Amino acid sequence: MPDKKPISSVNDFVVRFANVNGSGSASANEMFARAILRHGVPVSPRNIFPSNIQGLPTWYEVRVTEEGHLGARGGVDMMVAMNPQTWDKDVAGIEPGGYLFYDSTKPMPSTKFRDDITVIGVPLTAITNSTYTDPRQRQLFKNIIYLGSLSALLDMDPRLIEQLIGEQYKGKEKLLSSNVHALHLGRDWALQNLKCPIGLRVKKSDKVGDRIFIEGNSAAALGAVYGGATVCAWYPITPSSSVAEAFTAHCKKYRHDPETGKAKYAIVQGEDELASIGIVIGASWNGARAFTATSGPGISLMTEFIGLSYFAEIPAVIMNIQRAGPSTGMPTRTQQCDIIACAYASHGDTKHVLLFPEDPAEAFEFAAAAFDLAERLQTTIFLMLDLDIGMNHRLCRPLKWDDARQYDRGKIMTAEMLEEGRDFGRYLDVDGDGIPYRTYPGTHPTKGSYFTRGTSRDRYARYSEEGTVYADNMQRLVRKFETAQDLVPRPLQANAERPTKYGVIYFGSTSPAMDEAIGLLEARGHQLDRLRIRAFPFHSSVASFLAEHDFVYVVEQNRDSQLRQLIVNENGIDPVRLVPIVHYDGTPITARFIAKAIGDHQDHLKVTPLRKAVS
Amino acid sequence: MTYIAKPKFHHPGLKKNALGYTHRDYEGKISTLCAGCGHDSITASIIEACYELSIEPHRVAKISGIGCSSKTPDYFLGNSHGFNSVHGRMPSVLTGANLANRDLIYLGVSGDGDSASIGFGQFAHSIRRGVNMTYIVENNGVYGLTKGQFSATADRGSKSKKGVTNTDNAIDLVAIALQLGATFVARSFSGDKSQLVPLIAAAIGHKGASFIDVISPCIAFNNHAGSTKSFDYVREHNDAVNRLDVLVGRDPIAVDYAPGTVQVVEQHDGSKIALRKIDADYDPHDRLGAQTFLARHAAKGQIVTGLLYVDPDAEDLHEHLNTVETPLNTLEADTLCPGSAVLDKINASLR
Repeated sequence: MPDKKPISSVNDFVVRFANVNGSGSASANEMFARAILRHGVPVSPRNIFPSNIQGLPTWYEVRVTEEGHLGARGGVDMMVAMNPQTWDKDVAGIEPGGYLFYDSTKPMPSTKFRDDITVIGVPLTAITNSTYTDPRQRQLFKNIIYLGSLSALLDMDPRLIEQLIGEQYKGKEKLLSSNVHALHLGRDWALQNLKCPIGLRVKKSDKVGDRIFIEGNSAAALGAVYGGATVCAWYPITPSSSVAEAFTAHCKKYRHDPETGKAKYAIVQGEDELASIGIVIGASWNGARAFTATSGPGISLMTEFIGLSYFAEIPAVIMNIQRAGPSTGMPTRTQQCDIIACAYASHGDTKHVLLFPEDPAEAFEFAAAAFDLAERLQTTIFLMLDLDIGMNHRLCRPLKWDDARQYDRGKIMTAEMLEEGRDFGRYLDVDGDGIPYRTYPGTHPTKGSYFTRGTSRDRYARYSEEGTVYADNMQRLVRKFETAQDLVPRPLQANAERPTKYGVIYFGSTSPAMDEAIGLLEARGHQLDRLRIRAFPFHSSVASFLAEHDFVYVVEQNRDSQLRQLIVNENGIDPVRLVPIVHYDGTPITARFIAKAIGDHQDHLKVTPLRKAVS
Repeated sequence: MTYIAKPKFHHPGLKKNALGYTHRDYEGKISTLCAGCGHDSITASIIEACYELSIEPHRVAKISGIGCSSKTPDYFLGNSHGFNSVHGRMPSVLTGANLANRDLIYLGVSGDGDSASIGFGQFAHSIRRGVNMTYIVENNGVYGLTKGQFSATADRGSKSKKGVTNTDNAIDLVAIALQLGATFVARSFSGDKSQLVPLIAAAIGHKGASFIDVISPCIAFNNHAGSTKSFDYVREHNDAVNRLDVLVGRDPIAVDYAPGTVQVVEQHDGSKIALRKIDADYDPHDRLGAQTFLARHAAKGQIVTGLLYVDPDAEDLHEHLNTVETPLNTLEADTLCPGSAVLDKINASLR
């Protein structure tokens, strides 16, 4: 018996699988997460993986959460330790009273365990080897066997797992039955040899509702399909590659002409990010909806073109799936570290629209909206995801589409309008919103053509180096950016139960951890109003929120508090009133971290002012 | 540089093409390049070729990078949309534009700095992909706008105006284009309009990646003794493999050539290229042969001009991607958006 009382918890615990990458564990682990969902219990899984294909450690963490807390929690209640390389660290990481599940085929010295945890050994290799002879089968089925054992230990309904296997191997009867067999090998062994269930248990519930389970990158790609993107140019880079791959897969299903079989899209894998954004700019200039997906290093390469898009006013959609920088940084770890790089990308005076989805559902909505915004505003729109949203399955509300919705193609001057004698100046602000009309190439034989250039030009697109002409254009671009404020998704505010002078601003993937942290902070007696920023330029409600609170915490996942910098810069606010709360070690931010950081600061505020007053 | 509009009036008796356009309808703004610049001769040849082909000017998209050559699209086809993009990035912008609307004619204009140095990668990859375009490099071996630095096409041993000898090896874009699979490869000389105009016309008619390297002496910085891109040097070392005429179905052009030395190539768009062969052994359908021929002559210090290679049955990027015939930029939500019913099914599959 362990020194510490074993953790006892129903539908609220964290299981972490430690595997070697390339061992085929990912699909078994994902099936574990899905099986719990099928019990009606929300889960939040996360891949923690190296920048490598085979042989290095990889982890898969499943937070089982009846309460629906989808942020990372921190701490591990049960470790499924399948990787000898990381054994010591994995065992050390288990919460006191937690559980260690391991392959007991080879005896381990007692020094390799801990006294304050429950150790559960299943001879996985022995079971596998006595059943299978093929090495690859041994490797793959071992994963399903541990899944079977876990199902017994955690009191899961095996029929729900069988159902999932059935869906996965539909039409492949041999694979289906052999997987079910492997599942029961593990399950039966556990039932016969171990005390089942343990303190951690999965109990059927109804907390999942109609929510779906999808990766942010796939949802964003689907948003591009629904949003009418026809040209995609990309260059492989973690963690964004799966956006283009998902777009390809979605297009293959939904974008082929049923009669001719021809594609209503064009996808090009560019030779680099320069070519990718160049193709996007060329296609958008010519009236197609085009996008690229990339990550930090790709953004750095694209900045010259981004400046062209801003100055020559060409739509573009860039999905930036952020990872830890600078330089190559930590390619497989999450951060929100490209805020400044994207907001002011390129040389000269530039500003760009950024969208910050909090989860896959918003990634879908914002991706589709990005194409409308890009064409309406005739500039680059950044969809700012990160690895945490992009590459992990996340439970979110179902995706929705209004069939009456038409695409907003922006201000396009057509051949008919030109024929009517409308005055066409490519950079002429006819409506006072800073947005000029454009023509597509090939519109009219004698009217409406113009020369697009990155050099300065007048309102009729004629080259000019006159200072007043240049300044006039730059001022109009500022007006256009002001127009953008009211077109982009607005911030969402949620107030504390009691009036408070403290607020918190957060965005993107921090959302679920923040929501959970609010509960923890309230339990400590701290009341905070919340504002989730969903886009840049900032809506006027951001300034109001700042004005209404004495101190506002800005919670983000980068070292330099980049969103805070942007707020200070754009709102001209006293930086002292904006307290940075930053988390940047490459792991997703947790509620525990936020609650501690804000709670400590709040405690400090409550005690020190008196002392300060007398000193 | 200031903007100078060209007066619109013209002689009432100017000759018209099949569409009723005169030469003037294919002109652009007044060139701001140095008087006597080879690039202006190329501009004149482009105007001539488009006039001859009776192309509707607004159905051409002119795309360039940065540099003297890249400024020239402003000086021809004034009713076409032009895009003076980013240094060395014309090929990607053109590729994207082409994907958006396959119905326009794409004319990429670039220079040796733009295509052989900063944009060497984009040049290579647009050729590899078989983008349906006419890619013209106005090659003077020198950076003109920044006053005379060597470019990557400057021959080893050639001298700059300041007397510096180039010690780097030269890139021959024609050789590279052949190696990368361009399906129409030619070289010409800005001073040889009779060779250049039909080459441009044939390249426009070609479906696939057409590449023309046009040696175009820089009269300000690369037209001195010791330069291998000067008027005198090119005239002395030019070795034409063929001269050609383009025969557009509707307007048979009387071609004067000696029978037996002519090869007619029918292009995908129905136009015919009549090649008057000067070198009797030269076969423009043999990629490997063209590469060898080029290398052999280069070793002798000869600049081979003419149509070096053509594959009249070439495929383009749209065929590789199997895209619909309708230009992608005209598709709307009714054909692009799978709709809410499909989304409901997708949602159901994600539970």
